[in-house]
Amino acid sequence: MKQFITFVRKEFKHVFRDRKTLLMLFGLPIVQIVLFGFALTNEIKNSKIVVLDYSKDNVTRAIIDEVEASQYFEIATETKNIQEVEAAFKSGKIKSAIIFPSNFGNDLLHLHKAQVQIIADGSDPNTATTLTNYLSSIIQGYQQQHLASPQSSPEARGNSMSFQIIPEMRMLYNPELKGAHNFVPGVMALVLMLVCVMMTSISIVREKELGTMEVLLVSPFKPLLVILSKAMPYLILSLVNLIVILLLSVFALGLPINGSVVLLFLVSTLYIITALSLGLLISTSTASQQTAMLLSLMGMLLPTMLFAGFMFPIENMPLPLQIISNVVPAKWFYIIVKSIMIKGLGIASIWKETLILFGMTMFLLALSLKKFNVRLA
Amino acid sequence: MDYSVEVKNIKKTYQAGKEIVTALHGISFDVKQGELFGLIGPDGAGKTSLFRILTTVLLPDGGSATVNGFDVVKDYKKIRNCVGYMPGKFSLYQDLTVEENLSFFATLFNTTIEENYELIKDIYVQIEPFKTRRAGKLSGGMKQKLALSCALIHKPAVLFLDEPTTGVDPVSRKEFWEMLKRLKQQGITIVVSTPYMDEATLCDRIALIQQGKILSIDKPEKITKSFPHQLYAIKSAEIYQLLKDVNAFENSLSCYAFGEYLHLIFKEEHDNRETDLLKFLKMRDHSDIELKPIDASIEDCFIELLK
Repeated sequence: MKQFITFVRKEFKHVFRDRKTLLMLFGLPIVQIVLFGFALTNEIKNSKIVVLDYSKDNVTRAIIDEVEASQYFEIATETKNIQEVEAAFKSGKIKSAIIFPSNFGNDLLHLHKAQVQIIADGSDPNTATTLTNYLSSIIQGYQQQHLASPQSSPEARGNSMSFQIIPEMRMLYNPELKGAHNFVPGVMALVLMLVCVMMTSISIVREKELGTMEVLLVSPFKPLLVILSKAMPYLILSLVNLIVILLLSVFALGLPINGSVVLLFLVSTLYIITALSLGLLISTSTASQQTAMLLSLMGMLLPTMLFAGFMFPIENMPLPLQIISNVVPAKWFYIIVKSIMIKGLGIASIWKETLILFGMTMFLLALSLKKFNVRLA
Repeated sequence: MDYSVEVKNIKKTYQAGKEIVTALHGISFDVKQGELFGLIGPDGAGKTSLFRILTTVLLPDGGSATVNGFDVVKDYKKIRNCVGYMPGKFSLYQDLTVEENLSFFATLFNTTIEENYELIKDIYVQIEPFKTRRAGKLSGGMKQKLALSCALIHKPAVLFLDEPTTGVDPVSRKEFWEMLKRLKQQGITIVVSTPYMDEATLCDRIALIQQGKILSIDKPEKITKSFPHQLYAIKSAEIYQLLKDVNAFENSLSCYAFGEYLHLIFKEEHDNRETDLLKFLKMRDHSDIELKPIDASIEDCFIELLK
């Protein structure tokens, strides 16, 4: 035990005395989150929208005012000509359009039902989904506020519920668009994977390269001890990283954690350990720091980005790629984090994914232990 | 147990591209308990491969070896407990301080600096003033002293030192060998390798090794005494011309530069050989000629054995 503590302390010293790496360890996630976060929020803020109002009554006026008042939209033009809307989309100046048919207010009052069409530029799927969601929630908000006042009797409310504005969504250019993604779970999966794998993959290989492994081998140490103590500092640092990411996403980006924070932490720890074991495996099976670095970058960054599901929906991939995506730990973690953070679900709905991650971790740890060479070359 | 290290017909080959390079061609030797044994040979002779096999970090391709009675392949864990190893390349943590390195290796072997301080005291006091300095910032000689301290901290039964004095200044080299002598007095068996022939005489016994083969194993004095010829040292004002001329002399068997002198062996060791040579050289306008019989050094023996 004393050996283990000394070993871990030594690893911490290695980490803290290597300023550049330490900077990367903490700088990378912060930069990524802020970059991803603000790049995305800026786009959604003040997005240009075209309004085509055939009805021109006070209901459409009120809805248009609310759209205008929201921080998300800026009305580019109001037009009466559908051709103009099309032209605006083609020029790329606008991201979305809202179209009220004639007699919108009348229909709502008399038929208790009216339709509104929302069109979004689907070539940028994430933005398009977010925009349509914003628009429909503005319309829904209006509906609840004005058509069903809370003071009204249950009867009246039941009655008012029959006032329905049905937003009809249309995606231009990419009609098959699926699901609203939030990038924070994705960045979490990516950053934790990158940092953990890269850092640990270098750690053992560095001892090989500097020759310290030779001395270390000629001592009564146990491979398990080395592997665990190598992973320890990065586990703790990654947990700190996780806290930073979550704080940033909650306070700087305004993304709430809907589910249990404790559960989120526990599964994140598991995911970090998965990534660490992967790094250790790379570390024990390569011979130079450069190879390890390249392998972890190429082997991790690309598959994680491609197959985690936050950049490209896995459902749209050809079957072989869908099958490959199953071995990417980030995919499972992404599902878990999305469920906890955004949907607010509990362990009952994520136990399967968690179990898969756990299995992966055990497999990787066992493999890296087996690959640990008790001799040189 | 009479022998600390027994090596029997050890072979090692490496794959270098498509070629197979043989580093050790079936080497055998023994090291007695408490002996200071030297492996003397130039770079590429196979010294490091042999050390790595004996310290169990490399598997031999043939033959067997024991260290402290344990087999290097089967009982590698036991060997790792009781030997100290200092690789040829500086192999401590450069980003840790002197003291941190030492205490790390002490803990690794389940001991403390205090417990075995007596053993390393002589060496460690010399680097103690720098104990808060990072190992990477030490001078070459100090690095070697620290590495030796770390290899000794667990009081090993056998100490393996692979070229400990390479790249170290002459004063530090001398100090280092004095330390080794003191360690020997503590009963530690020491196997040391060096490319410096002058260090060979400081060992109890030496093995001359070249291209994976052992040329000779004996006490250094015995090796030098067994030199089969009378060796001469010769010099004159024009040393380069002298080398050419001596080689042209009909009775010279071999002549090579050795420091400021040339070393010379005659073909026929008859009584007039010295005067004949001097006459021959004077005819060729050499001045300040100095010719004297000398005892062969290890290097001379090595050169002789390579023929």
